[in-house]
Amino acid sequence: MAGASGREDQRDGPPLVSLRGIVKRFGTLTANDHVDLDIRAGEIHALLGENGAGKSTLVKILFGLLQPNEGEIRWQGQPVTLANPEDAGRLGIGMVFQHFSLFDNLTVAENIAVALPKGEDMRSIAARIASVGERYGLALEPGRPVWTLSAGERQRIEIVRALLREPRLLILDEPTSVLTPQEADTLFVTLEKLAAGGCGLLYITHRLEEVKRLCSGATVMRAGKVVAACDPRQESVRRLASLMVGSEVMEVRAAAAHQLGPVRFELNKLSLAPDEIHGVALKGVDLAVRGGEIVGVAGVAGNGQAELFAAMSGESRAEKAGAVRIDGADAGRDDIDARRRRKAAFVPEERNGHAAAPRLTLSENVVLSRHATGGVARHGLVDASAAKAVAAEISRVFDVRKGRVDPPAGTLSGGNLQKFVVGREILREPGVLIVNQPTWGVDAGAAATIRQALIDLAARGAAVVVISQDLDEIFAIADRIAVIHDGHLSATYPAREIDREKIGLLMAGTAEERPHAA
Amino acid sequence: MRLELVPRGDVSPWARVLAPVAAVIAAVLIGGVVIAVMGRSPAAAFQVYFVDTLSESWGLQEMAVKATPLLIIAVGLSFCFRASLWNIGAEGQFIIGALVGSILPLYTAGSGAGFWVIPLALVMGALGGLAYAMIPALLRVTFGVSEILSSLMLVYVADLVLDYLVRGPWRDPKGFNFPQTVNFDATLPFLADGGRLHAGVLLGPVLVLVAWFVISRTLFGFGVRVAGEAPKAARFAGFDANRMVLAAFAISGAAAGLAGVLEVLGQIGQLKPGISSGYGFTAITVAFLGRLHPLGMVFGALVVALTVIGGESAQIALKLPLDLTRTFQGVLLMCVLAADALVSYRVRIVTMARA
Repeated sequence: MAGASGREDQRDGPPLVSLRGIVKRFGTLTANDHVDLDIRAGEIHALLGENGAGKSTLVKILFGLLQPNEGEIRWQGQPVTLANPEDAGRLGIGMVFQHFSLFDNLTVAENIAVALPKGEDMRSIAARIASVGERYGLALEPGRPVWTLSAGERQRIEIVRALLREPRLLILDEPTSVLTPQEADTLFVTLEKLAAGGCGLLYITHRLEEVKRLCSGATVMRAGKVVAACDPRQESVRRLASLMVGSEVMEVRAAAAHQLGPVRFELNKLSLAPDEIHGVALKGVDLAVRGGEIVGVAGVAGNGQAELFAAMSGESRAEKAGAVRIDGADAGRDDIDARRRRKAAFVPEERNGHAAAPRLTLSENVVLSRHATGGVARHGLVDASAAKAVAAEISRVFDVRKGRVDPPAGTLSGGNLQKFVVGREILREPGVLIVNQPTWGVDAGAAATIRQALIDLAARGAAVVVISQDLDEIFAIADRIAVIHDGHLSATYPAREIDREKIGLLMAGTAEERPHAA
Repeated sequence: MRLELVPRGDVSPWARVLAPVAAVIAAVLIGGVVIAVMGRSPAAAFQVYFVDTLSESWGLQEMAVKATPLLIIAVGLSFCFRASLWNIGAEGQFIIGALVGSILPLYTAGSGAGFWVIPLALVMGALGGLAYAMIPALLRVTFGVSEILSSLMLVYVADLVLDYLVRGPWRDPKGFNFPQTVNFDATLPFLADGGRLHAGVLLGPVLVLVAWFVISRTLFGFGVRVAGEAPKAARFAGFDANRMVLAAFAISGAAAGLAGVLEVLGQIGQLKPGISSGYGFTAITVAFLGRLHPLGMVFGALVVALTVIGGESAQIALKLPLDLTRTFQGVLLMCVLAADALVSYRVRIVTMARA
């Protein structure tokens, strides 16, 4: 981009940016502990680490959103202070955030214009969008309203927005988390072109395959510290993973061979209008899950997963009683508690605020989902000591680490709270378990515990539905896989017979509608 | 340079209990400065405001009488506020409760009807307040109308209805055209000599205990807390949000209505404009002063009642304006909110120093 000359002469000079001894503390937590990082012009550099390793903190420091407690930032060898994102922008540091900050009701061009200096007219912005789009393969229609676009298209807006400011260093935070595999491929081509043009790229991810494919340098973080700086092309995925996690990666044990039981959970032509504007309507969803199996529902975020979960749990009721059947009984008109009494259990995506009330204690959060099914509430009164006993049992069986006996749920780490909310349902020994994003944002150890518990529950005869945006997770635990796209659920495919490519096409909504596989 | 609020990790329960006490002390100090600036002696004001009131039987009785409606309304409101429902219209529910509760005493006045009138009147008063609170609740549930605006505006409606009745159909024919009803026979008995301590005061502590039990022990109270803390979690728990709105408004309306009829039958003995003097609004301060905890609200109601009585005394003895009392209540609420924030957060001064 601007001022970038060829790649070779920059190899020898100082790096484009280097961080030296960065320390950032939040209270007692040291999020970054003497972190060093170098990025050269023309390099795609991976920043690897699990959730909570300190990647986001480091990136916010580099983008001027946070100030380090100690350490130095050098830009082409010169020490600089980045007091705010404007300072970073002036140097040529751009960022594409994981969560989009777009106005749904504005057009593509308008969304880009708000991020540019004032005074440029819309026609010239549209022309620049077109020229950048052409150069880097980022096709966008400037006049389209954003709410009509897919996640991949929305991300392109964010990228174009950053590119129009002609960055010399572009930071991308988990850019593929909302993309189909095919959309991710398109993104990689763009990123390679950018690097070839002399732009430095910092690529934050925990997806190792992408790193091996794309990046020429990698910095691995764990618990706030840099544990390795390496060339990912020379390392195996397994070794990168163990660097990230700090031990050999735990894998789940497949269940012993067991017989599938009768259908325990069924959706029949379930259609539902969305609660919210720009929500997704469910369109004639069919699904049948037998006792003893796990069905994975894959899909790109925002394609109706939240609505599907609400319809299955009873948070949204169906119009026809027969649209949802639990153990052969019509349950479509039941509310969530009535479905729980039919031995169904549910774990929503959001731990804090949906699956648990963060300021209530763990034992109170036991009452939250268990009051209708006995044990912790009787005759309208809460049995606090019984709830405490259940909370203690969950904590013991699922190894929930906590500072006190019965702390507020919000004080637990993500992984521990997730183990708690999953354990709370599994220890009820439900006949049907519906879980949305069971391991989103939790550490590898907790994720393995949770996945194993799901597999074991199914092996004991329960019907399990796992909605997840993590394809690796779905392949690790599901017996059959369906894909949700724009409120449609595809047919299910045996996990052994379907490959990522096929799922990617289904996720993008481009596969044939009714395949003959069952 | 700027200020940042940093959450404190673990807050001891004692800090939470002591924070309002510290807030009261801070408010008294600030009040003293204001009085000194006005050119009066803070020491004399302190004597009149607090020492005299708290050291005389008359003052203590008056405090209990003033604190009772505040406490009862606040206990009711705490159900709404805990569920994040903003019922600002307790004043209106208080007035309508007083009106409906006055129907029987009004029509039995002079007829020699027995003691049975009083319990019936109390029940009718509570039902009147409840019914009036259902208006904003139903508007919210069916049309999504903001309960803040509708409940507040209904205060003025209630005020005008009272005004109409005491100037029109319910006016005492022998009352020299004053806008007031006849004096009721059915009034609450006094509990002590030399003051106005009436039997209705006993209801305050009873309701506090009931509210404490409901909030901390019942599934319904649990639902109220979850609804306020995390609405999506309440939905996940299977608590119907609309039913919660109706129930919380019903409780707070009934409590305000009961306070209204108690005030009429216990203190005033007739209906006339200005029966409330803003109890329904002041009770909001009381509720938050007591951190929405039933026992905390007892403390809050007593403190606010003390400032009201002390303010009246100061007006008489020291010629301090009544506005000072309101100012002091405002300072008190600010101090409580600040103390609350300081217990949960640490203030950090961020300078733009280089790393």
